[in-house]
Amino acid sequence: MSVIYVLLAISISVALVFFAAFVFSVKRGQYDDSYTPSVRMLFEDELLPDLDKEEPENKEIKLTKSTNQ
Amino acid sequence: MTNIRCYHCGDDCNRTRVLFDEKEFCCNGCKTVYEIFTTNGLSNFYDIEERAGTAPNEIRQKYDFLGNKDIVEKLVEFNEEGVQVVNLSIPSIHCSSCIWVLENLNRLHSSITNSQVDFPKKTIRVTYKSEDFSLKALVLLLSAIGYEPYISLEEYNKKNTKVDRSLIYKLGVAGFAFGNVMLFSFPEYFEVEEFWLDQYKPVFRWLMFAFSLPVVFYAGRDYFISAYKGLRSKLLNIDVPIALGILTLFLRSTVDIIFDLGSGFFDSLTGLVFFLLLGKFFQQKTYSFLSFERDYKSYFPIAVTRLNAEGEEENVQIYKIKAGDRILIRNMEIIPVDSILIKGNAEIDYSFVTGESNAVLKESGEKLFAGGKQLSGVLEIEVVKSVSQSYLTQLWGNSVFEKDKITAFQTLTDSIGKRFTIGVLSVAILSTLFWLFYMPSMALNVFTAVLIIACPCAIALAAPFTLGNMLRIFGKHKFYLKNTNVIERLSKIDTAIFDKTGTITTTTKDAILYEGIELTKAETALLKTTLRSSNHPLSRSLYEILKSNAIMTLDEFEEHTGKGVEGKLNKHSIKAGSASYIGESMPNAASDTAVYISSDEDFKGRFVFKNKYRDGVEDLFVTLGKTMNIGILSGDNDGERKQLQDILPSKTNLLFNQKPKDKLDYVKHLQKDHNVLMVGDGLNDAGALAQSNVGVSISEDINVFSPACDAILDASNLTKLPVFLKLSRKSIQIIKLSFLLSLCYNVIGLYFAVTGQLEPVIAAILMPLSSISIVIFTTLMTNMIGKRLKP
Repeated sequence: MSVIYVLLAISISVALVFFAAFVFSVKRGQYDDSYTPSVRMLFEDELLPDLDKEEPENKEIKLTKSTNQ
Repeated sequence: MTNIRCYHCGDDCNRTRVLFDEKEFCCNGCKTVYEIFTTNGLSNFYDIEERAGTAPNEIRQKYDFLGNKDIVEKLVEFNEEGVQVVNLSIPSIHCSSCIWVLENLNRLHSSITNSQVDFPKKTIRVTYKSEDFSLKALVLLLSAIGYEPYISLEEYNKKNTKVDRSLIYKLGVAGFAFGNVMLFSFPEYFEVEEFWLDQYKPVFRWLMFAFSLPVVFYAGRDYFISAYKGLRSKLLNIDVPIALGILTLFLRSTVDIIFDLGSGFFDSLTGLVFFLLLGKFFQQKTYSFLSFERDYKSYFPIAVTRLNAEGEEENVQIYKIKAGDRILIRNMEIIPVDSILIKGNAEIDYSFVTGESNAVLKESGEKLFAGGKQLSGVLEIEVVKSVSQSYLTQLWGNSVFEKDKITAFQTLTDSIGKRFTIGVLSVAILSTLFWLFYMPSMALNVFTAVLIIACPCAIALAAPFTLGNMLRIFGKHKFYLKNTNVIERLSKIDTAIFDKTGTITTTTKDAILYEGIELTKAETALLKTTLRSSNHPLSRSLYEILKSNAIMTLDEFEEHTGKGVEGKLNKHSIKAGSASYIGESMPNAASDTAVYISSDEDFKGRFVFKNKYRDGVEDLFVTLGKTMNIGILSGDNDGERKQLQDILPSKTNLLFNQKPKDKLDYVKHLQKDHNVLMVGDGLNDAGALAQSNVGVSISEDINVFSPACDAILDASNLTKLPVFLKLSRKSIQIIKLSFLLSLCYNVIGLYFAVTGQLEPVIAAILMPLSSISIVIFTTLMTNMIGKRLKP
């Protein structure tokens, strides 16, 4: 079998992976609000200075939140 | 002292000033919010944006109904194992500080685990533990920091509707296939005669075929459905030639590769569908934070306080109220049902229902209509009709509200599409007939080639991109349209009807005139001091304009709800209130809002509150009057007929005392030979707004209630209305120009098709070229004419 079939299979499956990622992201609603995340990511710094005073429970919540976005 | 602005909300601190932590606040509410923020480590709020806060309103028992389990159950999205998730609409979200503070709600209460803001929609999604926290507590917390959620009957009825994302999927599929097919077909464009390429040609061709399958059968499905629907109702819409084009492209290409006649047109096919969907996507701009479908439901509360047989108060969902029930209406609450007044001083503002701007005084035993707002004190009322049968809500039973304006309107694209389809089909048939006699083997080739090349991609793109871009330009100037179809309808308007109260007048009554014997300095000072203690809206506006600096302590103060106020100092007394309270009346008293003044029981005079017309209204009418008919439909009395006649062109039709139904009927009557634009603001205009060709709702604050309409216009830009109308007409001209342009491409393409020389590579160049040039042309043109809106 010619190598071209292998190459085609690889390239198409790579393309399909990205397509699946696209479908997944739409399904999760990541395109529903395209504005707020852009503002939100700038706030991560503002949280840091007084994080130490917080209870550990709250810290955890905030960390998971930031990874979600 | 004029320039001191509140550290929290940025309002002027003229009336009262609160000093705290070396910062100035306009009221105690703002100070409290500042305190809450700083003590919880949220002082960053003031660093992100300056003076970004909103002054909190007083709440009291307004949200007591959230204690009712059934109601809470309906409002929350998720409620299991001690965790509740709720999505609340908060109109006062407006800046990045808001996002920041609302997403850090967990610092204000430890039971809140997560909160996420959707800025464009102005909503917040909060997850909290319901053990030691509740929806009511959350709402009160939000209200306390100035972010009062908007909870109305509409929310209560809302079904969990799924977001339709199919267009994004289709666009993704088409784009994905388009890109890949382009790559696969690239070698064929150059017709390279090479052993290696020739050997693998079938592989690439069948791959292209495979990629085009989902494009035709999934992404392009809507065009087939729409064309089929059009044909069934004997309409040749623009989707007919498009569907025909897609189908021919697909079948011819498949035949081509099966019999090894050529590489097919899969690249053009996928590209065509991709561009068409792109146009659709661009047109689909929606203002998600606005609602164009509102009816009385978003104006009414969810629950009211009912007095049960034992005289106890209980919160009841509004639909559960039956005739005969006794309910309590508190200050500033809406009366949700037709009822009879039992107890209390009713001073009811019906401006939203009737357009009548003066509050109406009612006495015990009189009938109250749903939709009125109680202005002074608590009322006890007996229900006469249930919510859905009340006078106001019955208006929504009118068939106008079920009519879909879009389906009734034939767009320019569709009317062109009809002629275009006939033209294309006749060219296809004629050229096929010619080739049948001249060289029969070419006939089918030519027939399909004509259908392929004539596929009106560019025509179908002209309208979405022109109108979509115009919609965005209008939106930047605070004129929010429901959809692009409204622009086409706006361009055909030849009659403009305006509501008066709240539309061409401001809602705050600023113009105050004094008639009567001049007040002495001592009297003015006493009057101002007396008014200071009163919370009635008229007292407050009067307080603002009286010029006196003396602040005294009164010996005696009495407020007679619904009647007036009385203040006593050093044996002098002053009374301010309604004519009957003062015991005086002046001619023409009925049609004006006035506060009568008497000093030591001697009648002095009255302050007359005039509706103030919005700035530039006169110019607006002069400009509009040049090109169209103008009319005024007011629910108000004709007290201002004279004033209006002065500022309006002489031909203007003035109608007063119009009930909501009258307005609807008048618009309907006009529509026999005119295209009517209705401009209104309240529920009383809702019928007319729905009936008119284009209903525009004027709003001082676009976040608060506006009735169902086609467009929402910010009150500050009312004077730009003629420009908006003009731009709509220009947009239609741009579309027509683009049709001409795309016709040129079609003629070139048809030359190749009719002469039987259409190669896939020509189609692959011509199709995207025409589409892209149309997109560029329309975008540039709309941006150019949109510059006229700049002040």
